[in-house]
Amino acid sequence: MANKHIDQATGTETVGHEWDGIQELDTPLPRWWLLTFYATILFAIGYVIAYPAIPLGDHATPGLLGWTSRGQLAKETSSAGADRKPVLDALAAIAIEDLPKHPELMSQAIAGGKAAFKVNCVQCHGSGAAGSIGYPNLNDDDWLWGGNLVEIQTTITHGIRYPGDPLTHMSMMPNFGADKILTPAQVQDAASFVRSLSGIAPKGDAAARGAVLFATNCAVCHGPEGKGNRAVGAPNLSDKIWLYGGSQEQVVSSITNAHHGVMPAWGARLDPVTIKMLAAYVHSLGGGEDFAPTATNSGAADAGAAAPAASGGAAH
Amino acid sequence: MNSLPPKFQLKLPEQPQLYEKRKAVCPKPVDGRFRRLKWLVMVVTLGIYYITPWLRWDRGPYSPHQAVLVDLAHRRFYMFSIEIWPQEFYFVAGLLIMAGIGLFLITSAVGRAWCGYACPQTVWTDLFQHIDRLIDGDRNAQLRLDAAPWTAEKVARRLSKWSIFLAISLATGGAWVLYFADAPTLFRQIWTGDAPSVAYATVAVLTATTFLLGGFMREQVCIYMCPWPRIQSAMLDEKSLTVTYKYWRGEPRGSVKSAVNSAVPLGDCIECGMCTSVCPTGIDIREGSQIGCITCGLCIDACDSVMKQLGRPRGLIDYATLEDSAAEQAGAPSTPHWKLIWHARTLVYLGIWSLIGGGLLFALGTRHHVALSVAKDRNPPYMLLSSGELRNAYTVKLRNMEDRPRRMEITLIGVPGAKMWADDMAKGEASRTLVRNVAPDQTDPLRIYVEATSGTAPQPLGFSLRVLDAEGGTVSYTTRFDAPELQPDQ
Repeated sequence: MANKHIDQATGTETVGHEWDGIQELDTPLPRWWLLTFYATILFAIGYVIAYPAIPLGDHATPGLLGWTSRGQLAKETSSAGADRKPVLDALAAIAIEDLPKHPELMSQAIAGGKAAFKVNCVQCHGSGAAGSIGYPNLNDDDWLWGGNLVEIQTTITHGIRYPGDPLTHMSMMPNFGADKILTPAQVQDAASFVRSLSGIAPKGDAAARGAVLFATNCAVCHGPEGKGNRAVGAPNLSDKIWLYGGSQEQVVSSITNAHHGVMPAWGARLDPVTIKMLAAYVHSLGGGEDFAPTATNSGAADAGAAAPAASGGAAH
Repeated sequence: MNSLPPKFQLKLPEQPQLYEKRKAVCPKPVDGRFRRLKWLVMVVTLGIYYITPWLRWDRGPYSPHQAVLVDLAHRRFYMFSIEIWPQEFYFVAGLLIMAGIGLFLITSAVGRAWCGYACPQTVWTDLFQHIDRLIDGDRNAQLRLDAAPWTAEKVARRLSKWSIFLAISLATGGAWVLYFADAPTLFRQIWTGDAPSVAYATVAVLTATTFLLGGFMREQVCIYMCPWPRIQSAMLDEKSLTVTYKYWRGEPRGSVKSAVNSAVPLGDCIECGMCTSVCPTGIDIREGSQIGCITCGLCIDACDSVMKQLGRPRGLIDYATLEDSAAEQAGAPSTPHWKLIWHARTLVYLGIWSLIGGGLLFALGTRHHVALSVAKDRNPPYMLLSSGELRNAYTVKLRNMEDRPRRMEITLIGVPGAKMWADDMAKGEASRTLVRNVAPDQTDPLRIYVEATSGTAPQPLGFSLRVLDAEGGTVSYTTRFDAPELQPDQ
């Protein structure tokens, strides 16, 4: 080159350009840097050969190793499945009534049930299993068809009023108003009596008239004191929990046009282990009952207690 | 901007060398005060590194007995009598901040001493340079061998040297993993092939990096790769100690022979080249302070020994600050080193460093060894029971950080009439106080139901925890009890 630019301080040649008085030294790059650069190129070539890389329209070159993200997911899923297998096998082998004797297995069943609940049950019962009007709250201590592990398992397996399952829970409250079994005035009286059972309405004249109607029309299923009957899924009318609402209007509506809630028979859709885990989870929510023969809805003797405003739902 | 000239063409440089081969650095051995300091630092740092995982520490029957252990699987960090849980990671963060500020402090006080003495890259490079001398002979023999063709002898020497490098590298990588598991067990497993694959992978990676960076890259790591020299060059000022060639005393240079015939009186530098031939990064300190100088002081040792032979005072090359150099040029005597390191910036760094250290020690001394955390169920927020009573559910975690089982009592605070029970108890056993045994070094997660009478309004609810042993300890946690808002007509 005709005119070399030599930097005074270092004695190194510059590239000959100048930006605002700043010049660039033409220091050669170290060789290791070049070698590292070549190594990365080689790695890239190897990577393109070994892994899916070059897009070809609707697919890409497969790569010699045959790796795919779907394949990796399938592998990880199946290995996770293999990890769970001992627990699932143990759950399949054990009768649900023996589950509480194995706290470790129980807690695993509850965890599995929690996951299955999120997939299958939250659509009706809500993510916290708190239900809503017409869909029972599974956290409380009020059970239409029984609240011990076996009873919950049966309910999940066969469902409620589910067509096609001969063992499904079945009961039909008549439409007392719509079918003109009772006159509208009688329905009002019956509702007043029902509400007085749990102390949310006064025991006045209407209730007294309703009591007579109740004894002849309702007591056969709901019991003389309105405490319900789990054999036929007749709700306890003397507690503070109302599946279809506890206001006078809501109770009148329930007597006029009875509600016949339906739950699917999950036995046809889920495997027995999943159902067992779901039963364990629902049982664990706080209202699960033991196998004691005295498992009844013992309504509290708090006749005078103020009922919370949100007390929902008369059943049927 | 102007467009490129029409006749623009790529100008090929006369020297078509865009890339430069590393110049071999084969330092001569040297003895002196700084070389001895380097030996000491090497022995101490390597000793700490290799011995620490083998130290035992009795922690009773429930915890590992390794003095320093990072137990990633169980999320515990043990360091002698200190045990750190994951939520206390700020102690480790604090130590890292102290290490950072410590580097600033060292730089401010004694310049790039970290680079010159304690940096692992420096320590291992130094070690590998001793291996060079052991296998290949001194500087001249090394340079000759480097230039020689690949004869059988050269191949034999290279292979034996690289084998030693590899052995040292393996020991380096191998020691690292011992900090993360029980050292004797893992050591045995590594040899029998039973160690986890992550251990082998870690050893392999660290062996490779030590072999490459210590055996071959050496000073190039400091010059091209490491950010710390750049940061340090921004931190050095006129009060920083750097290795200084006292040109006012050394120049003009000339050998002892040429001094006899010289027209002008020559300086103390006799151009023996010792300072450059002992330099582990291959620089000439007489060109002034530069990024390649890690301030290890070996050139000072080399020059001092030459000056001693000539009967001239030591310190032609010496640690000095710019300020002190200027004073010395003006005729003042040089200030002793120990006086140079105390200046305002050093004291400020020392203050911050000590403050953080003191804060950490205080936190460590006063931290609780029990803890209570409560997470309230928010879906559903409350539960109405058949009786009209209201139930809330909580996940309560009792944490026992001691290495022994402890009995703890939880008590409800507030919400009159409320009672609680855990999900492994019968509801009939509900009361306002629960007693639990919490296993050593564990967190006991409890599901707690709290039931209050019908009509209870939403209000704050507290849990308090008391340890029922001689040491005691109380913590509490305030959360909420949710209930339907009462309507005016009720």
